[in-house]
Amino acid sequence: MTTETSEGLRAWLLTETPHSRWQARMGSFYQGWLTLRGNPMAMFGIAILVLLLLLAAFAPLIAPHDPFAQDLSNRLKPLGTAGHMLGTDSLGRDILSRLIHGSRITLYIVALVALIAPIAGLLVGTVSGYLGGWVDLVLMRVTDIFLAFPRLVLALAFVAALGAGIENAVLAISLTAWPPYARIARAETLTIRNSDYISAVRLQGAGPLRIITKHIWPLCISSLIVRVTLDMAGIILAAAGLGFLGLGAQPPSPEWGAMISEGRRFILDHWWVATMPGLAIFTVSLAFNLLGDGLRDVLDPKDGSQ
Amino acid sequence: MLDMSDARKLVEIRGLKMHFPIFSGLLRRQSGAVKAVDDVSFTIYEGETLGLVGESGCGKSTCGRAVLRLYDVTEGSIRIDGVEIAQADPAQLRGLRPTMQMVFQDPQASLNPRMTLASIIGEPLDEHTKLGKAEKLNRVYELMDAVGLNRAFAHRYPHEFSGGQRQRIGIARALALQPKFIVCDEPIAALDVSIQAQVVNLLEKLQDEFGLTYLFISHDLSMVRHIADRVAVMYLGKIVETAPREALYAAPAHPYTRALLSAVPEPDPRREARKDRIILKGDVPSPANPPKGCNFCTRCPEVMEICREAEPDTFEVTPGQFVACHLYAQTNSEQTAGQAAATEAHKSIQQGD
Repeated sequence: MTTETSEGLRAWLLTETPHSRWQARMGSFYQGWLTLRGNPMAMFGIAILVLLLLLAAFAPLIAPHDPFAQDLSNRLKPLGTAGHMLGTDSLGRDILSRLIHGSRITLYIVALVALIAPIAGLLVGTVSGYLGGWVDLVLMRVTDIFLAFPRLVLALAFVAALGAGIENAVLAISLTAWPPYARIARAETLTIRNSDYISAVRLQGAGPLRIITKHIWPLCISSLIVRVTLDMAGIILAAAGLGFLGLGAQPPSPEWGAMISEGRRFILDHWWVATMPGLAIFTVSLAFNLLGDGLRDVLDPKDGSQ
Repeated sequence: MLDMSDARKLVEIRGLKMHFPIFSGLLRRQSGAVKAVDDVSFTIYEGETLGLVGESGCGKSTCGRAVLRLYDVTEGSIRIDGVEIAQADPAQLRGLRPTMQMVFQDPQASLNPRMTLASIIGEPLDEHTKLGKAEKLNRVYELMDAVGLNRAFAHRYPHEFSGGQRQRIGIARALALQPKFIVCDEPIAALDVSIQAQVVNLLEKLQDEFGLTYLFISHDLSMVRHIADRVAVMYLGKIVETAPREALYAAPAHPYTRALLSAVPEPDPRREARKDRIILKGDVPSPANPPKGCNFCTRCPEVMEICREAEPDTFEVTPGQFVACHLYAQTNSEQTAGQAAATEAHKSIQQGD
């Protein structure tokens, strides 16, 4: 019964003659998924990220301890201690529980930045590329100014001005992350705006607003998605960096960067306190990079038809 | 052909200029202009096909695009269906768009790769009509029938089609708003020879069916001979000769037209061997720096003193045949003699036609 319906769904998705626009769109998504599925590294990345999502969603159920519960008699226990698989930190808090709860913060930051930065970049880039002239000149010079700062230093300056905290960290990282997206979107727009199908749309009487929103955005989005997934690792690292410098999430919140920062004091005698959150950052960053590489193979419009 | 003067003028172009500025130097000052289209005038009557021919880079595509106001023209007048559009603002143009449409050269590049066929063809309908979803799909189906596309393909993406099919999609899109005037910008240049005939026949069929008027831009002289009623020959941004098809192919008046026609391949090898071609020497001058006098004076086999000094006026050598050449500026007797010689020369080139 289930195999029958899944067969039916498959046939519906792969049909040569879709009956609606929606079916055609779903079909091309499915084609992309099939290509992605053939890439084991990307699938590995997806598996890690799905695991991370589940951990974050069910953190209170999965975590063996309260991430904030201190137990000073049990501080700095090594790996494999009964009841504390990954040991405890300087205040006797269970590291595993803190890592699991910390995944929520990481995902929160990544998701918000991944929404804000590309959208801002897309807006600036497409408007600049399509309108050209003075608009282009001004917007691109602003972009250049942002690009001229080292990312973390600029984020630091913003956080210092806005005040420490996760929301401000998100804002600061977004502010430093949008210029590359604007550059990409502008480059794409420049090639798209001179193409014949844009001429055809202009011949139908469409104005700049309609052309940008209905034709240029959809075509820019796939290269932005690839760039975002490849950037996720950078975002996580920037967030962790801010946390490490004490300007991101504030203690006692179990943010991974802040955890490394706390563990730094004991790094020679109690290496696991700093290493475990470091490993978590490494694994998630790697997963995003693998997924990004796989997505590029699927989505890159320069590859032509799928 | 003779009742052409009675027909209504649908498109009237007078003194059209399309110059693209060149900026150079530190201050990006305008130092010159590429005169892609320089003082071009022609008329297209309702229901006819005007072929616009010329070699690559002579400005024929730019001319076609400027006529539809895809560019902001530098100077001149464009009247389509009685409305002056050369300096019309975007809002005004928008209302006029349904009258005039275009079929593009590269069918791959003229279709948005992320849109299904139905949304591509239906898009002009979104823009200019208030049809419901079902009505719109019906209209799309009608258009697909008209250009010979299977209705079952309506929700496929452009990359799933062959070149000829894609060109049909482009034609269906151009037809969606029931235009009167269509600019065909080398619509067959990117297609296989076997498909070219299909597309040209389709264009002719649609012309009969919907009473369309075409500006058919091409460098394929044989195809233009097949489809066009009148032909305009362009060289370096200017129209050098306009004539009814028969007159032009039988007795080309301008030296450039003669050279162009002598380059058409001859299918019969024996005749091909006897054919003496007029080989032009040198390259086309840059449109940013055209020669003084007649644009063709650097390569013309019959160049005279005056050609290097003054631009030629346009003369009507036979009814309907207009030539911009100093050869025809002489006294009447000389003119007819010159023309006879030209005709004679040409007969030996294209015997049997």
